[in-house]
Amino acid sequence: MTLTLKIWRQADAAAEGRLHTYQLDEVSPDMSFLEMLDVLNEQLNAAGEEPVAFDSDCREGICGMCSLMINGEAHGPEVTTTCQLHMRSFADGDTITIEPWRAAPFPVLKDLVVDRSAFDRIIQSGGYISVNTGAAPDAHAIPVPKQNADRAFDMATCIGCGACVAACPNGSASLFVGAKVTHLGELPQGQAERDHRVVNMVAQHDHEGFGGCTNIGECAAACPKEIPLDVISQLNRDLRAAMRHGH
Amino acid sequence: MTSVATTDLVRGGRSTRTTIALKLTMAVSGLVFVLWVLAHMYGNLKAFAGHDAFDEYAGHLRTMGQPIFPHAGALWIIRAILVVAIVAHVTSAVILWRRAEGARTTRYQVKKNKHSSLSSRTMRWGGLALLLFIAWHLINFSAPRVNVTGGSTADPYDLVVDSFSTWWLTLVYLVAMLALGMHIRHGFWSACQTLGWTSTTRARHRAKSAGIFLAVLIAGGFSLVPIFVLAGVITK
Amino acid sequence: MTDMPDTTTTGNPSHDAPGDVVDDAAGYYREGDPIADTKSPDDQPVERRWSERKFSARMANPAKRRTLSVIVVGTGLAGASAAATLGEAGYQVKTFCYQDSPRRAHSIAAQGGINAAKNYKGDGDSVYRLFYDTVKGGDYRSRESNSYRLAEVSVNIIDQAVAQGVPFAREYGGLLDNRSFGGVQVSRTFYARGQTGQQLLIGAYQALERQVAAGTVETFTRHEMLELVVVDDGSGPRTRGIITRDLVTGAIDTHIADAVVLATGGYGNVYYLSTNAMGSNVTASWRAHRKGAFFGNPCYTQIHPTCIPVSGTHQSKLTLMSESLRNDGRIWVPKDPADVTRDPRDIAEEDRDYYLERIYPSFGNLVPRDIASRQAKNMCDEGRGVGPEVEGVRRGVYLDFADAIARLGRPAIEAKYGNLFDMYTRITAEDPYQTPMRVYPAIHYTMGGLWVDYDLQSNLPGLFVAGEANFSDQGANRLGASALMQGLADGYFVLPNTIRDYLADGPFDTVPDDHPAVVEARASVQERIDHFLTVNGTRSVDSYHRELGNIMWEYCGMERSAEGLRKAIDLIRSLRDDFWRNVKVLGDSESLNQSLEKAGRVADFFELGELMCIDALHRRESCGGHFRAESQTEDGEALRHDDTFAFVSAWEFGGESGARELGTPVLHKEDLVYTAIEMKQRSYK
Repeated sequence: MTLTLKIWRQADAAAEGRLHTYQLDEVSPDMSFLEMLDVLNEQLNAAGEEPVAFDSDCREGICGMCSLMINGEAHGPEVTTTCQLHMRSFADGDTITIEPWRAAPFPVLKDLVVDRSAFDRIIQSGGYISVNTGAAPDAHAIPVPKQNADRAFDMATCIGCGACVAACPNGSASLFVGAKVTHLGELPQGQAERDHRVVNMVAQHDHEGFGGCTNIGECAAACPKEIPLDVISQLNRDLRAAMRHGH
Repeated sequence: MTSVATTDLVRGGRSTRTTIALKLTMAVSGLVFVLWVLAHMYGNLKAFAGHDAFDEYAGHLRTMGQPIFPHAGALWIIRAILVVAIVAHVTSAVILWRRAEGARTTRYQVKKNKHSSLSSRTMRWGGLALLLFIAWHLINFSAPRVNVTGGSTADPYDLVVDSFSTWWLTLVYLVAMLALGMHIRHGFWSACQTLGWTSTTRARHRAKSAGIFLAVLIAGGFSLVPIFVLAGVITK
Repeated sequence: MTDMPDTTTTGNPSHDAPGDVVDDAAGYYREGDPIADTKSPDDQPVERRWSERKFSARMANPAKRRTLSVIVVGTGLAGASAAATLGEAGYQVKTFCYQDSPRRAHSIAAQGGINAAKNYKGDGDSVYRLFYDTVKGGDYRSRESNSYRLAEVSVNIIDQAVAQGVPFAREYGGLLDNRSFGGVQVSRTFYARGQTGQQLLIGAYQALERQVAAGTVETFTRHEMLELVVVDDGSGPRTRGIITRDLVTGAIDTHIADAVVLATGGYGNVYYLSTNAMGSNVTASWRAHRKGAFFGNPCYTQIHPTCIPVSGTHQSKLTLMSESLRNDGRIWVPKDPADVTRDPRDIAEEDRDYYLERIYPSFGNLVPRDIASRQAKNMCDEGRGVGPEVEGVRRGVYLDFADAIARLGRPAIEAKYGNLFDMYTRITAEDPYQTPMRVYPAIHYTMGGLWVDYDLQSNLPGLFVAGEANFSDQGANRLGASALMQGLADGYFVLPNTIRDYLADGPFDTVPDDHPAVVEARASVQERIDHFLTVNGTRSVDSYHRELGNIMWEYCGMERSAEGLRKAIDLIRSLRDDFWRNVKVLGDSESLNQSLEKAGRVADFFELGELMCIDALHRRESCGGHFRAESQTEDGEALRHDDTFAFVSAWEFGGESGARELGTPVLHKEDLVYTAIEMKQRSYK
């Protein structure tokens, strides 16, 4: 396959960026999208142009490091992560525009690499259950109904990639916050801190500069782990409960 | 920390100061409007019962609640509620709109929104259009009252028939009702979501269906009178 | 040490007789003094040792702990859990990771599960049984005290994880579900669908972030440790800090603390293609090794038999498919090399070679990982491999579900393996319900690592090593579902209890920026960076890495021979020489520069790769996943030599002479003494 790539190049956080156009030949449909970029980078390196910086690590769809806006879609046209997207999803002769995640709380560091530490701070603000090492009762002390455990698991599969923010026209991280609030709120272990957790996490979310949710639904559609919009309703419900309890 | 990430942790966050509190305000005020437009739409259909029935209904709006309330008292209470609701709804919307603008200062060169409805993405401009429409609508039928045909404004029924006999005004109203329908279609389900009533797939589908139903019912119901006036079915 | 004879080894081995000592590696190493673990209370019975050590390890009171600082490098299961626990105890902790968040460490990719001797199924499991299985699984090359402790604390891990909200699979009664894993006879594996590593890591990450909010832990993301600071002010060496590079700004920083913990994972990426993450590297461990820390058993690597094969030279990593597939799939290759390009469905039953069923009639397709892997390579080397031809060889064998689908029906197969089949389809665009899957072995885990004592402390005082980065608990091979167990055991329960004994002597004197040890370490970091950016050669870092990987895979992979290893050492040396003179790294050092990051990592992989080959050359026995051609039974099975090789090889860096020439490494042997378990030879025929 032969492709025309339009890639966002930006020297560092302070610099102006713009799209550069590259031609790439002999792309195999069996390559992953990131392997295609590896090939481009080899070509650039050989030609004396600095390779394109992009994030990737596990390349098996679980670490959440990869983060590309491909032709206007977070992680590209398939419901998966960029690293699991393969070139057979594109056609010979295609033009592909590749941009970084765009959100004020995710500043671009270089080219396609953004800073997502805002997510870490949202977790710091309450995305945990407070239990010191060694203080745990026996694992069978509290049975958890299977349906709650399964729902908690489904929401805990979030990989923190930020596709929800990238896809959301409001730049909201409600799906990310909702997934964590739902995961921990679904378990008996998570009840003691439930009100505090939701208030603090939402307050941090707002403080970071993410937008408010208008229930448009682009986030859930872009989520490579298919976290449903349910979690945003659950988030709102939990916040309303906390409000009622005076938090 | 990398050099760019500089934000700190919030201490002592309050639920009432969050974006979700603003969304809740929008949801509750929006539902007030849904109830109001339902009642309003029902009242409008009195036009099909003829001149006397319609004017009796219009007059009754002022005497409703008597003698517990003074003349037009109930109406004023409703008006007060609506004013509070619209101020809350618009204020919250403006704050959230500005936040959203600030959350993406650099736009995408290419962005697809394949998975969301047009209604959901036009809430803000659509809402603004509705606000302008409401202003005209009040001038047209409440105060000071304007008869675009140059006729009398004293008789409510006659004013309605005069107004909608004018093709371009009917068109304005029909376009506004389309905007209203779209606003309700997304707004109703969105309010349910914000209130936390749609935490399952089934509940979400039901709320979305209810939103579409209400949108068609209300926008359709409102559109009947102008269309039938213009068609000459409802006449003076 | 006595070799425990087993029924399978009574015949005359084809090559070495037990007791023969042939030193293949003569000339490549020097032998130093033996080394011993002095921290395990070996006078106690194995089951008493950990209690005894916890009691004898000295403590610091809470007020003093606030004055003690610890650096933790790596935020996977071991690093995140250690940092969180140390933070809870009140120490000042700094963590470092090269990823943009601690949550992305490669522990997240572990699929299968985590073992714990809970005996919730009442099927006869016990701490002792898990201990026994671990030692046997490690082919009697792990340290007995460590393996016992691992089994002992396994039960606490599950309690801790559940309390943190880790959503393990549950039964309808609300209690935890278990499955049997890796060919053991009890159900002791806890799991969260196929994402157990992810869920456990998120639990540890959240505990870590909680401590960040509490102010006890400071996290440094997108930071890479490039040098260790070892200070010797006359009273012997002490590890006092690290030099890091901020991968975004390029800033070189010194971080000083009272102790340093390396939890930086394994070094499988020396093979270029592995199931590791792109960034997984050996640099932190290797810099410590160069500063004097011994490297234990570097040649012990684990190969996983069922990965998705390489599709072309662009391949950047290999994806694991769960081993459970072998329960229902049948492995075969065409009998005739002429058939390898034919549609497998058109190859008649009699023209197929179900080689595992043929060679190992009693275990068939369920032979252990190492045997399944080695035979797959043998078939491909014979020219009977299938799939795309990459660099002249077809590397793949069929894993066929046609019989299972006919027997159980497609819905049953979908229920069991649906997600794996989907993953396979997404990557290969082939439908395994219609045509056989293709699989091939890949490097998955490394049992070797920095040498540590029972306290997880290396021979450098103040340098602790946890998780996959150390060598201690798994021996020559690792049982399924025990990597997660070891990472969390080390981080939550072992290290916080042992490091306090060392810290009880602290806080140590401050180390000023102009201390010679700091100046030297910073200069060495700067010198390497400057070198890479000024070589202006012609070849990319990746091209060197790929070539190194090919050498390692070919000669230091599943099957090794003295001849091949010697050849590999020569090839690595000349390639390494070329790398230093001819690598091409563009960009600058003051900003994000991924080529520069990779150059440093590959430079260290070269040195590690050479040591791995020397270690493999020296270890003239087949054990665990490592088959030495010179050490096999009459019928071609692995032959271990407990009389000559029942020791840990702890390698000391041999120094560096001019022109980046590596000195001769020094081998220190730690004898493995088994008091609770007797050694046996494996048999799977």
